[in-house]
Amino acid sequence: MNFDYSGEQQMLLDSVLRYGLDNWSADKRLACLKDLPSNVTKSWAEMADLGWLMLSIPEEEGGLGGTPVDVMALMEGIGRHLIPVPYVTSCVLVPALLSGTGETATEILEGIGLGNIRAAAGFLESEGGFDLNYVGLSAELSDNRWLLSGEKVHVEDGGDADWYVVSARTAGSIMDSDGISLFLISANSPGLKVENFRAVDGHTHSRLRLDNVNATLVGEKDQALMRIESAVDRAITAHVAEAVASMEMANAVTLDYLGTRRQFGVSIGSFQVLQHRAVDMAIAAEEARSMMLHATLNLNADPVTRKRAVSAAKTRVGQTGLYVAKQAVQLHGGVGTCDELIISHHLKRQMMLDTAYGQADYHRTRFANVS
Amino acid sequence: MNLEFTNEELAFQEEVRSFFAEVVPKEWLTRVRAGLRLEPKELIAYQKALAERGWGAPNWPKEFGGTGWGPTQIYIFESEATRAGAPIQFHQGLELIGPIIFTYGSDEQKKRFLPGIINADDWWCQGYSEPGAGSDLASLKTTAAKDGDEYVLNGQKMWTSYAHVASHMFVLARTSNEEKRQQGISLLLVDMKTPGIQVKPIDTMDEKHHTNEVFLDDVRVPVNNLVGEEGRGWGYGKVLLDRERMVSAANAIHIQQVIDGARAAAERLIAGVPLYKTPTFSSKFAQLEIEATALKTMVLRLMADAAAGVDSGPRGSMVKLRWSELYQSAMGLWLEALGPEAAHFRGLENTQAPSDMPYAMQGALYSRVTSIYGGSSEIQRNIIARRALGL
Repeated sequence: MNFDYSGEQQMLLDSVLRYGLDNWSADKRLACLKDLPSNVTKSWAEMADLGWLMLSIPEEEGGLGGTPVDVMALMEGIGRHLIPVPYVTSCVLVPALLSGTGETATEILEGIGLGNIRAAAGFLESEGGFDLNYVGLSAELSDNRWLLSGEKVHVEDGGDADWYVVSARTAGSIMDSDGISLFLISANSPGLKVENFRAVDGHTHSRLRLDNVNATLVGEKDQALMRIESAVDRAITAHVAEAVASMEMANAVTLDYLGTRRQFGVSIGSFQVLQHRAVDMAIAAEEARSMMLHATLNLNADPVTRKRAVSAAKTRVGQTGLYVAKQAVQLHGGVGTCDELIISHHLKRQMMLDTAYGQADYHRTRFANVS
Repeated sequence: MNLEFTNEELAFQEEVRSFFAEVVPKEWLTRVRAGLRLEPKELIAYQKALAERGWGAPNWPKEFGGTGWGPTQIYIFESEATRAGAPIQFHQGLELIGPIIFTYGSDEQKKRFLPGIINADDWWCQGYSEPGAGSDLASLKTTAAKDGDEYVLNGQKMWTSYAHVASHMFVLARTSNEEKRQQGISLLLVDMKTPGIQVKPIDTMDEKHHTNEVFLDDVRVPVNNLVGEEGRGWGYGKVLLDRERMVSAANAIHIQQVIDGARAAAERLIAGVPLYKTPTFSSKFAQLEIEATALKTMVLRLMADAAAGVDSGPRGSMVKLRWSELYQSAMGLWLEALGPEAAHFRGLENTQAPSDMPYAMQGALYSRVTSIYGGSSEIQRNIIARRALGL
């Protein structure tokens, strides 16, 4: 039992922290956000050069075969400096969905690792909430070609994707666990309409409408749900690490502010009510870090253990992350609500991280019902 | 980074598990789950069984009769105790005065008192708090005046848990008045049979006698029973600061027993469906389990720090604070699970009532004191603000 990073993991974390400080630090952020797409593209290319994009891709598919702890180290750096790249989607979720499914997938994974391809994944449908088994999008086999029709209401980080991995119904009815398959579609496929949405945290998401879109089956037909759940759990756990690092940064910035801001002739950190609030925020971050470790170190456990660990972490980190970010704004007072201070950006990212793949209450229910 | 135990640790786990299977009677279960102390004679029997196995003082160094275990072994030991329904060991001798004696006491004191703590021949209580000295302990007024080769104690102690059972009491008393209130306080070891000691029970809302007022009226204590130097008693408590993370950790590990108690109570059927399967209860129970998971992982990190000889900073205070909150909410959920019959505290005459009926309510009421004793949650927040946040 130990909770230390290896030397290599610590070096990875240090270099991501250095990269974030150099390129996305709080004082540069507003300027970066003014031309967000080109800054994200620039960062993406630099991260590719650094080898980070291929971290969790298996070695036999052109990657580094990194472990969940490696990914956690990298995500801590991304979260601390709120780097708004679609890393989790393209480099954690999609590789987990595609790896080991054949040649087409391998080509795409190699492209992702080198920074030439961005990919996203769509599961969620209207009326399905965050349920991954709620799949109505249809897949019909015609002349040995799969044709997909239907809609995906939210594709996390779908904005600039070159490829989409989507779940489709190949058997059974809309909420069945069996009969779900995964398909790859190119972003410029005829019959595919992509609508993009800017989120408050700098990420760009999509809605997909498919009308007889030509698609490639990946993995085993009808049996994709387990693979999807496992991949989404990896994405959630990476998001959890991002959230924890963001919380810790928000706490550090707030603590600094408590020491420097003066009112009533004294620093506001001398007030006991604010001291106790800061302590509760510190405890919240300790709990969240513990949950991050719990989820990450159980990612390769049996499915029941994994699901309970991941949903427990998603629940508690969602709750504590929002608590910390909201209190950080509160303790800053009026300026906490301004774009100019980094604090409001942490709150917006925490809100989005809580929402991604199901808020705290959704995952608490999943935790209770896993068997 | 990993959560796995080594083969050696797994073997140790087996050894501990089979020991607990032997020594823990079933009739302890509900009380232990409700976080209530067992009867003194039960606790003494348990301590004696541990001592006989050589495990009487899991947290002590070998040279003083302890196990010399590292943090991982202690974690395994407490986890297995939790699984088996064993209680927390009575801590006032083992975790409070014992370590002070082996750190600051004379050889004579070590020889006389340490074995009695481990084998439960002696029972220690803590004479610290007073009517006017609670969170602000340094304002204590009890005096110890030197008279020949004796100190003469006068004053009143309060919240002296198990003074009615104890054979000995360790007392903080003022031996001189100094400008700084923390100076001039001395630590004395007192035999409870000494004339002039009067113990009066304090009736508490859980209807369980565990705490007392102690009146000290010209109580004569041999100077040999002074620990360390006169006037330095306050500072000796510092040795406990570093150790208290282990005490908090043990409590936190045992939180699973309370959760199991609430879960067992939620087997109650509601229109044919177990309560724990109904959406509202299941959601609240899940929240509790999730927060307990965070607490347990905090403890694991604390243990890993201790094993590496790294200061955990204020993590011990955080664990104490969160443990007391979770214990309280778990007891609340347990009561809720009992439904209308939660109102039945004790059966009167001609009543068929289960013998463990009062324990859930007693635990729920008793749990309130855990966020007050040993440094209230507010004091813990002050400590964390100062030590960790530099505020």
